[in-house]
Amino acid sequence: MIGTDIQSGLSRLGIWQSMLASKGGNIFLILLLAGTAFAAVGNLLVPPESAMHVDTYTITLLGKYLSFALLAMAVDVVWGYCGILSLGHGAFFALGGYGMGMYLMRQIGDRGVYGNPDLPDFMVFLNWSELPWFWQGFDQFWFAFIMILFVPGFLAFVFGWLAFRSRVTGVYLSIMTQALTYALMLAFFRNEMGFGGNNGLTDFKELLGFDLQADSTRVGLLVCTALTLAIAYLVSQFILSSKAGRVIQAIRDSESRVRFVGYKTENYKIWLFVYSAVLAALAGALYVPQVGIINPGEFSPLNSIEIVVWVAVGGRGLLYGAILGALLVNFAKTQFTGILPEAWLFALGALFVVVTVFLPKGVVGLLSMFARLKKKPEDPDTQSGAGSDGTANSTQGVAT
Amino acid sequence: MSGLDAIRETIRRDRVFDFMLDKTLPAVDVSHTVLLYVEGLSVSFDGFKALNNLNLYIDDGELRCLIGANGAGKTTLMDVITGKTRPDEGTVYFGQTHDLLNKSEADIAELGIGRKFQKPTVFEQLTVFENLELALRMDKGIFSNILYTLQSHQADLIASVIDTVGLREQIFQQAGALSHGQKQWLEIGMLLVSEPRLLLVDEPVAGMTAQETESTAELLTSLAGDRTVVVVEHDMAFVRSIARDVTVLHQGSVLAEGTMDEVQNNPEVIEVYLGEAP
Repeated sequence: MIGTDIQSGLSRLGIWQSMLASKGGNIFLILLLAGTAFAAVGNLLVPPESAMHVDTYTITLLGKYLSFALLAMAVDVVWGYCGILSLGHGAFFALGGYGMGMYLMRQIGDRGVYGNPDLPDFMVFLNWSELPWFWQGFDQFWFAFIMILFVPGFLAFVFGWLAFRSRVTGVYLSIMTQALTYALMLAFFRNEMGFGGNNGLTDFKELLGFDLQADSTRVGLLVCTALTLAIAYLVSQFILSSKAGRVIQAIRDSESRVRFVGYKTENYKIWLFVYSAVLAALAGALYVPQVGIINPGEFSPLNSIEIVVWVAVGGRGLLYGAILGALLVNFAKTQFTGILPEAWLFALGALFVVVTVFLPKGVVGLLSMFARLKKKPEDPDTQSGAGSDGTANSTQGVAT
Repeated sequence: MSGLDAIRETIRRDRVFDFMLDKTLPAVDVSHTVLLYVEGLSVSFDGFKALNNLNLYIDDGELRCLIGANGAGKTTLMDVITGKTRPDEGTVYFGQTHDLLNKSEADIAELGIGRKFQKPTVFEQLTVFENLELALRMDKGIFSNILYTLQSHQADLIASVIDTVGLREQIFQQAGALSHGQKQWLEIGMLLVSEPRLLLVDEPVAGMTAQETESTAELLTSLAGDRTVVVVEHDMAFVRSIARDVTVLHQGSVLAEGTMDEVQNNPEVIEVYLGEAP
């Protein structure tokens, strides 16, 4: 048949191959795992006197960066691939964080300031006599874990169901997501909500029986975060390089056309949004035990906008671009706020302007442009495929 | 109030719940040879009547040309049929049973109504092959598409369509890099792989060379019979080369209907349309 040569020309990729189809992504995966292993060994096995020793502060910082990277990837999945600019992903991140925080609070037991074995400190302080119904079960890790995934996922589903079915798009949708996270922030600030109000949840002692202050636990958390990021990357890569991923990109470029081809685009958007929210929630749950606190400030609209800046800086529409952006901006933030704290917000704003005006494809776009310029003299043909590197393209690099 | 109605509707005892109904669409019933019924259709935009009490019947397997001056309502009619615009009045039935006015764009496409737009709209970031793959007639839910792999009969179909539209060289090129005429062909190819019952083709030869126009005419005439084709076109030479039956629209309603010769000799038509254009 005529079709067979197309099929062989296509050499359809299997699950593993489609997960590893992006070259830049593979480099990132190797760097991620190698870097994590290096940091873990450097902290636990290398004596503190050695120059190779990695101190615990750095370990925690790395863990924090990686959970931000996971969050940035979650935003990139909906924004970069489907064109849904969510300015409220901080909400899902914070909800995941609160889920983990509630579990950690219950683990404190009677070691709190008031020594009450049943109630967290802030409830004793507010003169509450018993645990509210929505705190029940959070002393079990499995239950807390399910809730960490379920609650943000469900919220995203309801939000998406209402917004995408009514065909709210563009800037209106962004404003609604912003309102969502703002409303949640106001709600969580209230003491009556039962989540510790202004102060949030803090003073954690242990996670699954491991002391949170111990170096080994810190390293363990870093490794968990790195592995979660790697797995989330592979799963996202798989989804986005499947045919559904191509439908999602087509929705980004021309949604009404996709409808006329017969796809119910709202269902694609809803489920992608839920998936992204779950990733953000996982990031939040990994973030909280490493920084030791979760408070309503995480819901603040500014945080959510910052995530978008990370993605834009790294390069949207590429998963490892978002991750790179999160790492770069947060590293810069740590350095900057150490030297000149007042100027950080100005620097962030300037960065965003510079990136939108001069680097529409972010740092990754810049890198691949350099790579092309280098290659150009020898091989002018490479230009035709420019810019499509790794954009979830399973039929790539195949000659007829 | 509507919420109350919805609850009342849900708990009616003489019917099963909506979510338990069979979701598969029943076959199109063309026992009276008519495939598309458009009756009493009116659409107005801010007081301007784009369609005015329009009646149109398309037979199964027919090739019909719609002509008319700018603003006669041709594209609006296509918009209503494909679910993009909701009319103020009138009914549109696909076969005997399918009321198109209460269906979404996606459902209408699933029923087998394919549309080629006036301006070529292909997915520019995807390759030619991926564009065709998206348009294949198959389950279009998200979960089945995540795990989807190309079946061999689908590859064969895509291969034959690619040869029909002459894009074999460009098969793994990004669609955005195609020329205007090639995009037109790609969009026609997307229509073909979706195996529609009814093709609505809006100005297919705009931007095509004379030779391409000729092969488009050939393709459309060869499709008729198996499928039903409705063509909107300004190019009178092209219409003359393919049309068996022509419908002339004017100010949102049907002015004349018949063979090309009949229509051309109709004094009203000459006055409003043909008289103006050479």
